[in-house]
Amino acid sequence: MDKLLFQIWRGDAGSGAVQDYYTNVSEGMVVLDAIHQIQAEQANDLAVRWNCKAGKCGSCSAEINGMPKLMCMTRLSDLPSGQAVLVKPMKAFPLIKDLVTDVSWNYKVKKQIKKFKPRAPDAKDGTWRMYQEDIDRVQEFRKCIECYLCQNVCHVLREHELYDKFIGPRFLIYAASLEMHPLDTEDRLGELKESHGIGFCNITKCCTKVCPESIAITDNGIIPLKERVVDRYFDPLRKFVRWILRKK
Amino acid sequence: MATYDIHNYDVLVIGAGGAGLRAAIEASAQGVSVALICKSLLGKAHTVMAEGGVAAALSNVDERDNWKVHFTDTLRGGQYLNNWRMAEIHAKEAPDRVRELEAWGALFDRTTDGKILQRNFGGHKYPRLAHVGDRTGLEMIRTLQDHSIHQGIDVHMECTVTCLFKNNGRISGALAYGRDRGNFKLFNAKSIILATGGIGRAFKVTSNSWEYTGDGQALAYDAGAELIDMEFVQFHPTGMVWPPSVKGILVTEGVRGEGGILLNKQNRRFMFDDIPELYRNQTADNPEEGWRYTQGDKNARRPPELLTRDHVARCIVREIKEGRGSPHNGVFLDISWISDKLNNAEDHIRKKLPSMYHQFKKLADIDITKEPMEVGPTTHYCMGGVRVNADTQMSNIPGLFAAGEAAAGLHGANRLGGNSLSDLLVFGKRAGEYAAKFAKENSQENINDEDVRAQISKTLAPFERTNGENPFQLQYDLQEMMQNLVGIVRTQEELLQAKEELSKLRSRYRNVSIIGNREYNAGWHTSLDLANLLIVSQAVNMAAIERKESRGAHYREDFPNKDPQSGTYNLVIYKDSNGEMQIRKEVIPEIRNDLKQIIEEMK
Repeated sequence: MDKLLFQIWRGDAGSGAVQDYYTNVSEGMVVLDAIHQIQAEQANDLAVRWNCKAGKCGSCSAEINGMPKLMCMTRLSDLPSGQAVLVKPMKAFPLIKDLVTDVSWNYKVKKQIKKFKPRAPDAKDGTWRMYQEDIDRVQEFRKCIECYLCQNVCHVLREHELYDKFIGPRFLIYAASLEMHPLDTEDRLGELKESHGIGFCNITKCCTKVCPESIAITDNGIIPLKERVVDRYFDPLRKFVRWILRKK
Repeated sequence: MATYDIHNYDVLVIGAGGAGLRAAIEASAQGVSVALICKSLLGKAHTVMAEGGVAAALSNVDERDNWKVHFTDTLRGGQYLNNWRMAEIHAKEAPDRVRELEAWGALFDRTTDGKILQRNFGGHKYPRLAHVGDRTGLEMIRTLQDHSIHQGIDVHMECTVTCLFKNNGRISGALAYGRDRGNFKLFNAKSIILATGGIGRAFKVTSNSWEYTGDGQALAYDAGAELIDMEFVQFHPTGMVWPPSVKGILVTEGVRGEGGILLNKQNRRFMFDDIPELYRNQTADNPEEGWRYTQGDKNARRPPELLTRDHVARCIVREIKEGRGSPHNGVFLDISWISDKLNNAEDHIRKKLPSMYHQFKKLADIDITKEPMEVGPTTHYCMGGVRVNADTQMSNIPGLFAAGEAAAGLHGANRLGGNSLSDLLVFGKRAGEYAAKFAKENSQENINDEDVRAQISKTLAPFERTNGENPFQLQYDLQEMMQNLVGIVRTQEELLQAKEELSKLRSRYRNVSIIGNREYNAGWHTSLDLANLLIVSQAVNMAAIERKESRGAHYREDFPNKDPQSGTYNLVIYKDSNGEMQIRKEVIPEIRNDLKQIIEEMK
């Protein structure tokens, strides 16, 4: 069995540094396996979040060799052979300890988005009729596992730290999944334009690139939402009508 | 001495998977104050990993389906050890609970006439599982989570409960610590709902995440509640077996529901070799009929791959034991063969089983549209748990409720796939409703500061010790032992050996030591989870020794047949006044006449 060097960020909000750990690696291993092995054998107090180990829960997000990824879905054989593996926590969120960050901001943001509000049921028994082709797009958005890797790479959050002005790609997709839901009757365009800050997104598509669920975040979600906002608030004809109505 | 914060609620829900979320939503809808505690972040509980679907007799795909058929399927699958009242409530209420999710925003796959689509699954007579590809659990937990955040429920994330308190025989609250800072929190509550899930981490090969350490069962047992059916641990027939790092990860039964077949290394469809008497009339006797069944032919019977999980798992073990397994000690599960039958098979597989496609491609370099998967049994579900009243979900301790996997009764000796997601909706709702009612009708019981401090000291004890046992090593040793001696095939000799080993592990546990401080310390967390694992392992072992027959998920090589006498009782585990674990048989109450008649009609 080969030994491989893992350089893992250890520390808390106050201070910290990358520490070296050598551990045995074998066929098929993912980064999370190595982290667990190190935790069990050399560093019992190493902090790491994980649950399903199958890319379904979105808990083990980290930056592996500088790339935002799920540790459970990153195989060692996909990294440069024989080279040290650098594992750091997500940068866009405050550090709690080691590889664990405080992602509570995301939970607060979600609460601010108006909840699902269905139209009256279509059938007497209280059920609705929807066709598969009408829900395919929203089902794509609902694949999201809330790993927050898209939030982590979005420069509006990561570099410019506009946490109070912009909800980030995850929640634009969440808003899109509600807005494009065939049954939903709520209107969220006003907030999207103002407090949710959709205008800050300048479509660099970094979020789409890191999405482990391969959701076309920008093309299928954010751009259509932007178009809806533009149609409502910046269409010259509508602007004129609004102006006339106000004059009355 | 560590300090603690005090929180006051009417209802405290422990666990935020499907059952806990549904319970919290219901309780808060009744107008009481509710706290929801979870060990992970909200939305990451095991429900998120459920794949195949939620069972409910909506009869959208086959109009012959109704609650009576679902009820009899559930009892037949559970080998008639089920709590029949729970099975009745479950079958009757599941359709409403599923439709309710749609009203909260869930988007299930559709039939061509725009209704919720349903798929075939093991042991269900008709296509019954509402689903979203193979990520049904994610859809359910997200729907419940997104609905719950607007209900005024206080969520305490990454928080672990270490003990329950009682006063005057009634539940009074719980002690917990925040995993991030290691700070203690005392919850005063009038009623508590345990929705902590299963015990999968007691075994080495499991589909369960680190969270499933039998917390609810152990907390309840310690507080004086009874556990039943603990001998019945479900080994799901199809977990991944290769590479080693993914061993145990679930491969959904949906693969077989969509036409996937099981083959040994001689390319033989071995499931046709052994069809149990109880299911002979319902099972296809040739591959062609089986295929037609998966494609919706209402005159065809189900292929033997869709027999119940206990049976399929044992057939796989037999093939491996007798030298007909695959290279990595599994068997082959093949869905790619359907390209002989369908023109667009590859697209069809990717559409119906997207996460299986992704999982095998990413983790095992296997393209399931082109080649077979290698699979073998993995510890998946605990049919046993806290004994509850069928209607209210309350345990024998007033004010203490349980729902979902942490509770027991619905599934008997073996759970049908899809019945877990419906279980947690139906009984999560009921637990929430009755816990709220209990809280309204009762006052808050006292908790002594002294008792709290004593519990805190116990929790911190591993920090006082140095150079003791490594908690991770101890957990490995427990898992290895349980896998080898209390696993899928059991014998008296091995079970007695396990009893000895458990006693040694308990002594070693008293010497566990921790490095570092209380902040997000995985070693400390593991050491506390271990206490629960040791209790539930002991309970499983004790019940497995006591049941001297083979039934459902409990298979005894030394008693390979069903014993009619043993089919008349459940095994109840409880703590005696000396703090020792005891077991007793309890006769299953006679089934109501109208239900008996339904079972007769469906035979």
